[in-house]
Amino acid sequence: MNSQNLEAPQSGGRTFTLHFFDGSSRYVPVVDVEEPYPDGRLIVSRTDPGGVITHVNQSFVDMSGYSEAELLGTPHHILRHPDMPPAAFKGLWDTIKAGNRWQGYVKNLRKDGRFYWVYATVIPNLRRGKLIGYTSVRRKPSRLRIKECEALYPTLF
Amino acid sequence: MKHKPFQLTVSPDFAPTSLAGWHIFNTWLQRSLDTRIHLDIYQDFASQRQAIRNDAIDLIFANPYDASMLIREKGFHCLARPGGRSDEVVIAVRGDHPASTVEGLEAGMRLASTDDPDVHMMGMIMLEPANINADNIERRICSSYVLVAKELLSVQSEVGLFLAEAFYELSKITRRQLRPLVQSQIQVVHHALMVGPRMQHLTETLLQRLQEMPQTPRGQGVLDSLGYKTWEAVEEEDVEFMIDLMDTLVG
Repeated sequence: MNSQNLEAPQSGGRTFTLHFFDGSSRYVPVVDVEEPYPDGRLIVSRTDPGGVITHVNQSFVDMSGYSEAELLGTPHHILRHPDMPPAAFKGLWDTIKAGNRWQGYVKNLRKDGRFYWVYATVIPNLRRGKLIGYTSVRRKPSRLRIKECEALYPTLF
Repeated sequence: MKHKPFQLTVSPDFAPTSLAGWHIFNTWLQRSLDTRIHLDIYQDFASQRQAIRNDAIDLIFANPYDASMLIREKGFHCLARPGGRSDEVVIAVRGDHPASTVEGLEAGMRLASTDDPDVHMMGMIMLEPANINADNIERRICSSYVLVAKELLSVQSEVGLFLAEAFYELSKITRRQLRPLVQSQIQVVHHALMVGPRMQHLTETLLQRLQEMPQTPRGQGVLDSLGYKTWEAVEEEDVEFMIDLMDTLVG
């Protein structure tokens, strides 16, 4: 992960070092300001079986703050927010590796350190029985569910 | 010996006015392929799906919701889509409704939609931010988008789900009395022309003829009658991607 490409956090931000399952780690600046999810959009991405991004749509680019070129070839955990409990992602990977659909509420980290909430669905992509990757589609979540997650997720660390 | 005519059908979510265009298309198609094709129109999705299950369809302009079943269960191949067009959804209320955004809607309301499966599904997804779901609304199914609009204007329903294209085809007088709360910008969900097993040998020729349509006055006239500019070839992976995407939205 190339942390020097990240913009400096805005004043009042926090900083974290995230450690990922693949052994990599990343310094991330976090600003506690929410980017509202735009109405009517779906954020779509695809990854290879290892979780490396192979496709993003324009809504993904717009919400993440990264360019398409920065995203393609990068592990999907580039969006990982330190407020998300690692157990949530373990559950995600265990589910999709078993060939099942995973759904959940996720707080994502933007390039500028701000965050946005999504309701995400991830499914395995099978072609003639062979796994070629995963598709993830995020939609606008309800505030009620976000509030529940804001209360629950800190208890899962 | 003459073969039994192939069967063409189109998704039942099209307004009766646009069916004339499909009859013209079918006449052009038979001449272009030098073969007999019968256009069958089904009144609703249930009867069309039954015909698909009975292997009674050879060529279909299909709703994206049915693409998975057609390809994975019935051996269809996706051939082409109308250039630059995708299925988008408008959620609208009557002009004097107090809600200014989706979040302003409340559970327990009456919702009008057609039996168009992809529009209903995408519309319900856009209502999720308001904690509205199938269990806390009263759904009223209409046989056309004009009737969805009438439901709103007569206050029989509080919110309506429209195929965006159909919403903007409503009369100006009707549209002026309605207010869109949100329009989807999904871009990758679209209808597509799909070829069944009995017509697979004509796939290459058919795609070529479709793509050549804008190059001849006759072909251009047929495109005009359908309201399309071009037909774009759809790669297998493109349609698999759309099916995967639909899978993430269903359930």
